[in-house]
Amino acid sequence: MSSTFIPPKSDAKPDVNWQQLASTAIQKEDTPNWLGEIVQETLALTRRLFIQLQRRPSTLIAGIIQPVMWLILFGALFQNAPKGMFGDSTNYGQFLSAGVIVFTAFGGALNAGLPVMFDREFGFLNRLLVAPLASRFSIVLASTIFIVSQSLLQAAVIVAAAAFLGAGLPNLAGLGAIALIILLLALGVTALSLGLAFALPGHIELIAVIFVTQLPLLFASTALAPLSFMPKWLQIVATINPLSYAIEPIRYLYLHSSWNLGNVVMQAPWGAVTFGGAILMLVGFSFVAVLSIQPLLRRTLA
Amino acid sequence: MAPAVFIQNLQKRYGNVEAVKDISFTIEPGEIFGLLGPNGAGKTTTLRILCTLSTPDAGVVEVSGISVVDNPRAARRRLGYVAQEVALDKVLTGRELLQLQASLYHIPSKLVKQRVDTVLNLLGLQEYADKKTGTYSGGLRKRLDLAAGLLHAPDVLVLDEPTVGLDIESRFVVWDFLRQLRELGTTVLITSHYLEEIDALADRVAIIDRGLVIASGTPSQLKDKVGGDRITLRIREFSPPEEAEKAKEMLMTLPFVQEAIVNSAQGNSLNLVVTPQAEALTQIEAAMKSAHLPIFGISQSRPSLDDVYLAATGRTLMDAELAAAGSRDPKAERKQNMR
Repeated sequence: MSSTFIPPKSDAKPDVNWQQLASTAIQKEDTPNWLGEIVQETLALTRRLFIQLQRRPSTLIAGIIQPVMWLILFGALFQNAPKGMFGDSTNYGQFLSAGVIVFTAFGGALNAGLPVMFDREFGFLNRLLVAPLASRFSIVLASTIFIVSQSLLQAAVIVAAAAFLGAGLPNLAGLGAIALIILLLALGVTALSLGLAFALPGHIELIAVIFVTQLPLLFASTALAPLSFMPKWLQIVATINPLSYAIEPIRYLYLHSSWNLGNVVMQAPWGAVTFGGAILMLVGFSFVAVLSIQPLLRRTLA
Repeated sequence: MAPAVFIQNLQKRYGNVEAVKDISFTIEPGEIFGLLGPNGAGKTTTLRILCTLSTPDAGVVEVSGISVVDNPRAARRRLGYVAQEVALDKVLTGRELLQLQASLYHIPSKLVKQRVDTVLNLLGLQEYADKKTGTYSGGLRKRLDLAAGLLHAPDVLVLDEPTVGLDIESRFVVWDFLRQLRELGTTVLITSHYLEEIDALADRVAIIDRGLVIASGTPSQLKDKVGGDRITLRIREFSPPEEAEKAKEMLMTLPFVQEAIVNSAQGNSLNLVVTPQAEALTQIEAAMKSAHLPIFGISQSRPSLDDVYLAATGRTLMDAELAAAGSRDPKAERKQNMR
């Protein structure tokens, strides 16, 4: 039965210079240019994510519309609250801006693991794992670069929208400080999400975890209301929550045109937190997050 | 010169399942080597270990003399792996996917364009190169995947069931492509459970069953070992069973007929195993004539690889396939394959 199959020769004979392909054989030995290879593969993987974003921008667009809606609708909810009720803020919209900026960056970073999870499920990750990557951490690095840039872009749009809605605009140094804070928070949360993407069995589980994490962390922070509104126990939770350490310095920037690292931005139950202290906390958070996922990543990627 | 692929006493178990019990084979440079066996025989597990997606429990696995366990990165550079299920990013175009692949294999950027064009040409993909892979048919997807596997000019191209689920035309394109590769001297390791595919393409074959190599050699050697030619005789388009039985008994008296069975699945035709000789057909025709029986059709062939498999395991590949289909656990397999 075997010999009865005589496949027809395809009529379009490609004109291929195979020898050329074979003779320009790539270097098959371990090259000394390790760093160059990491840059090459990381850039290529990052480029893929940006192409995806460009062709399927709905996540980004929704990620911009949603916080603007928060600003408009949630801000309007407490429009007529007595002046001075939300600390030094002139109105609730101004108070809320910092919370919305941080919450948006947080939400985006929390979803960072999803594309990786889909790559695992569809087998695309196998394509990456059979390739001679200089370091498989390039895969994680590319996702991080992508998510952090996306968060910064979203933050910029929200800052602009908030200014338009009358929340004011921090000065240039202040905007730089906001970028740094977003970067640190997004880095840590992205790391945790990527860790989950390698630890959980599938995207259903990952979405479930994201779902139960997102809102409680929002409510247990100073995003929507100041610490003074909260009972003692919630104050303690809110001042452990890393989101508060991103929100309070940004809020301070919105209210004070002159600021320095020594300014007190939050009165935690155990003492005052300064601007510099909050940033140090965020650095620590990112550092711990990145370290804590190493065993998870190593299990799959090493 | 080191063999292109060297596998010795490979073992791998997943939980209680011994996916690979003891597999050894060697592939010389330039060969097309076929790994034949039913689903669940251990083919994919062997390939995944070769391509560093899983680690062996025991045994030696080398590519061009390089151990995939001790030096996985160097081994990966020499391997092109085309998985059974094509994983493409459907948002990227074919060209973008190849460019990504080129960077993952660290092809210098000034060579990328030429390389990508070469493999696109080789697989006749030029006109689809700038369309998103999400719009591709199954055949196109497979061709793009083959192009990606070839992009870095690997020493060994590893193809896991490259024609499963393809329409006939795409299958021929893949076959044609593999023949071209043979002319160009690329080593290819191909698994399949399509007998005719391995028979038509492979220089050498290893037949594996339940994690063991049960036969290996050139297809011709394997068939010789089973021995005997196969003759299929149809008395009428649909013969009554009594007549077929009668003819069978009559033909069994011929000295060169070794075995005869009535194949009820094929309109009660007769399947004969005969000692190879030139006059077999004419003698059978003469015998039928003198018994006043008609002949609707008669054909002679060498034993197939299925006969080789049957002789070694006592069951046909189709039976093994069906038995394996019932005993598989898709969930556990998905877990094994997901990293």
